[in-house]
Amino acid sequence: MLRDITLGQYYQTDSILHRLDPRVKLAGTLLYIVSLFFFRNFIGYFIAAVFLALVIKLSHVPFKFMVKGMKAILFLLLITVVFNLFLTPGETLVSLWKFTITKEGLRTAVTMAVRLVMLVIGSSIMTLTTTPNNLTDGMEKGMRPLRIFKVPVHEVAMMMSIALRFIPILLEETDKIMKAQIARGADFESGNLVKRAKALVPLLVPLFISAFRRANDLAMAMEARCYRGGEGRTKMKPLAYQKRDRAAYLCIFVYLAVSIGAGRLMI
Amino acid sequence: MGILKTQEVVYEYIRRDEEGNVEGITTAVDHVNLEVEQGQFIAVLGHNGSGKSTLAKHINAILTPTEGTVWVDGMNTSEENKVWDIRQTAGMVFQNPDNQIIGQVVEEDVGFGPENMGVPTKEIWERVEESLKAVGMYAYRKYSPNKLSGGQKQRVSIAGVLAMHPKCIVLDEPTAMLDPNGRKEVIRAARGLNQVEGVTVILITHYMEEIIHADKVFVMDSGKIAMEGTPREIFSQVERLQELRLDVPQVTLLAHELQKRGIELPNGILTIEELADCLMS
Repeated sequence: MLRDITLGQYYQTDSILHRLDPRVKLAGTLLYIVSLFFFRNFIGYFIAAVFLALVIKLSHVPFKFMVKGMKAILFLLLITVVFNLFLTPGETLVSLWKFTITKEGLRTAVTMAVRLVMLVIGSSIMTLTTTPNNLTDGMEKGMRPLRIFKVPVHEVAMMMSIALRFIPILLEETDKIMKAQIARGADFESGNLVKRAKALVPLLVPLFISAFRRANDLAMAMEARCYRGGEGRTKMKPLAYQKRDRAAYLCIFVYLAVSIGAGRLMI
Repeated sequence: MGILKTQEVVYEYIRRDEEGNVEGITTAVDHVNLEVEQGQFIAVLGHNGSGKSTLAKHINAILTPTEGTVWVDGMNTSEENKVWDIRQTAGMVFQNPDNQIIGQVVEEDVGFGPENMGVPTKEIWERVEESLKAVGMYAYRKYSPNKLSGGQKQRVSIAGVLAMHPKCIVLDEPTAMLDPNGRKEVIRAARGLNQVEGVTVILITHYMEEIIHADKVFVMDSGKIAMEGTPREIFSQVERLQELRLDVPQVTLLAHELQKRGIELPNGILTIEELADCLMS
């Protein structure tokens, strides 16, 4: 059961979005998120929503997968809306007992909710259409300029991809240790929070020991295969911009110009 | 000089207690001399703690000897500037299949070695394809390693080493964590490499069945080479093997027992067919 968990919830299908260079998707998502915070009227949000709908259509990912991602932020969304709705001072619209809804409050609440929903859907499109592997590759290459500031870009990307590789293995191991400890009478399910936290010790200690042992083995295996850092390394799947990537960049910039232009108009 | 030569190799490690005080010195490898010719299939046998894995790690310069010298294809492993050339010449496959696969897709893992060596992209793809085909895993090239069986994972690991175009592959107990089917797969792949590609294979193991096809067998015990010879020569000394706490294959044992009861049989019978033939005639 535990081994079915996939990180980044990649959705396997073929679409133009899946084939795009991960750098385009990273930059596009970032710019899209930034754009959401520039709008001052609803036209901007409308354009952003249309753009988002187009992208969803292009991605060939069923819409319900994106809605699934919303469940995680439902609580956050609720709190944001409620707080903004009742706690923003201004012109009173409705007044019920101690609570008052103001015009400004309503406006902020709706804006925040729309922003949050579009933000989550927008970024989930990126993770749904890009394999974690591709994403790390894109980060490694996209952040290469940071090496000037002594940021170990290659090392960070390598660590991320190794971590991704070992998540299912360690999950499986957790499952195994858990069962072994349950078989010996360990109880992970009852008692209060402190008791449960304490019950995790016999789970975490063997897990950590095994993780360290694995790390040691892996380091040796990597060295045996001539790994010596990012210097002089070639790539099996080098990232290179294609025509479609340039077209995608163009689309993103057109969207930015139009939406921010329209979104900042004072009506 | 052959592909591998060791001369009076000694490897000692210092045992420490929890405070870091020296408790004593263990000699894991004790004055080992061996020579391997290019293209041979060599098996190194020994029970746990006999020093066979420690010796294996000397072959691609993960460890360097405390005393003595190891030459790999004429290169001394103690010379630091040769380390990467040596690791390219002598590849190594380890015991745990999960802990040596780096890539998240089979083909990417096989490409990891060539990537590190700075091989051009186009050639990496050629090497990956040819290595995966050599171990019969080409159909699985797009799979995640987590979805493969133990035997398949080990074959991917072998392909990963093969893609570096080594002259010699050291397999350090590659079958210890596998089921009998997986063990057969891996041994078949290793033999294929040796016979088809002409790669020197050094197989470290404690399963006797796996050494039957070897050209030469070294048996290790407490860091020393205890026996050396062809599989037949080794297997004809059943009592000596049992002294060294090794399990003799059932057929060999049966033949030995029959011999003791006065049935005339040749020494060192290795396969069931062989025994059947001898008994029939």
